[in-house]
Amino acid sequence: MSGVDTVRVSTAWRRGKAHGFRALTYLALLFVVGPAILLFVNVAAQAIPHWSWSVLTTVPLGNGGGLENAILGTLVIMFGVLLLGGTTGVLAGIFLSEFVSVNRKGKERGGVLRASIDVLAGFPSIVLGYVGYVALAVGLHWGFSLLSALIVLSLMVVPYITKATETALRQVPTTYREGAEALGMRMGYSLRKVTLKTALPGIVTGLLLAESITVGETAPLLYTAGISNGLPTWQLVHQPIGYLTYYVWTDWNQPFPSLHYLSYDASLILLVMILTLLVVSRLIVSRSQRHSESGR
Amino acid sequence: MSVPVSSTSSGDVSARRGLRPRRAASRHWEDRLWLASSRAAVTIPLVGLTFVVIVLFFKAWPAIQVNGPGYLSRSTWQIGNLYGGIQHIHGVEIPQGANYGAWPLIAGTLQSSVIALIVAVPLSLGTAFALTERLPRWIAQPLGFFVEILAAIPSVVIGLWGGLVLGPFLSAHVYPLVANHVPNVPVLNYFRGYVGQGEGLLTSGLILGFMIIPIIAATTRDLFNQVPSLPKEGAEALGFTEAEVARRITIPWVRSGIVGATILGFGRALGETMAVAMVSGSIQGHLANNIYGTMTTIAATIVTQLDSSFTDATGFALANLAELGLILAVISILVNFGARTIVSRTSKYRAPLGRA
Repeated sequence: MSGVDTVRVSTAWRRGKAHGFRALTYLALLFVVGPAILLFVNVAAQAIPHWSWSVLTTVPLGNGGGLENAILGTLVIMFGVLLLGGTTGVLAGIFLSEFVSVNRKGKERGGVLRASIDVLAGFPSIVLGYVGYVALAVGLHWGFSLLSALIVLSLMVVPYITKATETALRQVPTTYREGAEALGMRMGYSLRKVTLKTALPGIVTGLLLAESITVGETAPLLYTAGISNGLPTWQLVHQPIGYLTYYVWTDWNQPFPSLHYLSYDASLILLVMILTLLVVSRLIVSRSQRHSESGR
Repeated sequence: MSVPVSSTSSGDVSARRGLRPRRAASRHWEDRLWLASSRAAVTIPLVGLTFVVIVLFFKAWPAIQVNGPGYLSRSTWQIGNLYGGIQHIHGVEIPQGANYGAWPLIAGTLQSSVIALIVAVPLSLGTAFALTERLPRWIAQPLGFFVEILAAIPSVVIGLWGGLVLGPFLSAHVYPLVANHVPNVPVLNYFRGYVGQGEGLLTSGLILGFMIIPIIAATTRDLFNQVPSLPKEGAEALGFTEAEVARRITIPWVRSGIVGATILGFGRALGETMAVAMVSGSIQGHLANNIYGTMTTIAATIVTQLDSSFTDATGFALANLAELGLILAVISILVNFGARTIVSRTSKYRAPLGRA
């Protein structure tokens, strides 16, 4: 350790360095928060002056129109991902926390499963989209469709839901499970009534984060969901579906102001949706922390 | 902890943590349904990942045969004459004159991600310090939440802002200042020359840095909060200044966690697609001339070229994109594995939200 070598350095110099360090940390914070605020302000300033509520109730038409199809489409995709990815992710999290067996050395099995979940969490989304296009849209002749989009997006968010569920379940004290068992509850009953119920806030938070990822995703949707200017139907295959991020991506560099406005409107709606999801998840966390036992 | 000490060994205790479904009593249909469905669900990521890699490999195989190992070092990007004759190379049909090389894309991916790291790491560390050590709780908490929110801004929205606001602003007011005043010496002359219209390598790197800051900053903040206060207080009692405590106590305490978060952010930057496609200039086939030059990355190329690759009737353009995807997948798997091993060795890691 070097600690002796600073003895000869003057106090004024060290104090100056401390002040410089402090200034640099504030400067860093400014450079992180500042551009973000500028981004929010810019999107709001571009979208709000031209805002008309008809954006919510009309579909794109020529160089204008609204985004009703995209908003509804995004909601349909969110619902589908919640159903498909949510179920898979929560069940996988339950397995990793509750059912994973222990080997002879007392360590948990399932290392390969965990590794695959970790890898999937960082996998480039465009590559998943490419495979969804090649294998589902073309290979299985589904065409641009809701189902291929849902499968690709669900695969993408399952790692996040699994992680959140596992973490939430692991925070449930073992004594709860032992108490349930001592009372003679079946495994499934105590899982449903005791363990999952206690872990519910954490699981819901994970699901909301996954939904916020779903809302903002573009690359894997472009070649699986395609695009449709019509309102979404519940048809799973052979029917493309619209979504908000598409209009940001295609309209932003078009030479028509009306399309620019549409692009910014879509951005604003996206930001509002995501902020709502995140604020709700934060409220759930703080509420559950207030009601939990101390020392959690 | 008020758990009574019993005669069970520690191995038994850890085995008891779960619900132990293999009891003889769990014959009820509901118990078996929970077990069977969760067991099926947990294999889905593995099955999906294997499926993705296999599909990529088979789709890329013709391109791998034709392109050969020179693919990684070639800089050409010629889609060939789509309306002309068809060539046969190694039994693979390709359009006359098609010749692809991945080097500018690989280099562009790495360059932009490295710039992102150079920008993001100091800013994230500074932000994490300000949030944990400096600011009072009532302002640090909402600011921390704000930084976490940044990870969830859709990349198209960041691309929109980068392409329409940040890029033009930087190229009009900031880049010329740098380009005109940097001395013409070997390394720094990369910063000289034509600054362009705001679409290019440096803008992409800055936007990517902006996108990975929340990941690194949020993780680093959580790590800093884990550092016990006794060593820090002890150091201060010995006369350490704030900066010395940070440099000698706090950062070394969680160093490998920071390294892991950084590598994770690097992985995200490598795979980021939409924002880069919108601010890079999307030029295939040549490297950026200077740090402001137009370029593209693997991910951005796949998203912008997939549409036009359908027009190649031989399917070679599509196979070529699969090979690019395979290269990107391999890079990101390696990077992620590195990050996860480093992080899991040191701390209980919370996966940050937001992704590539």
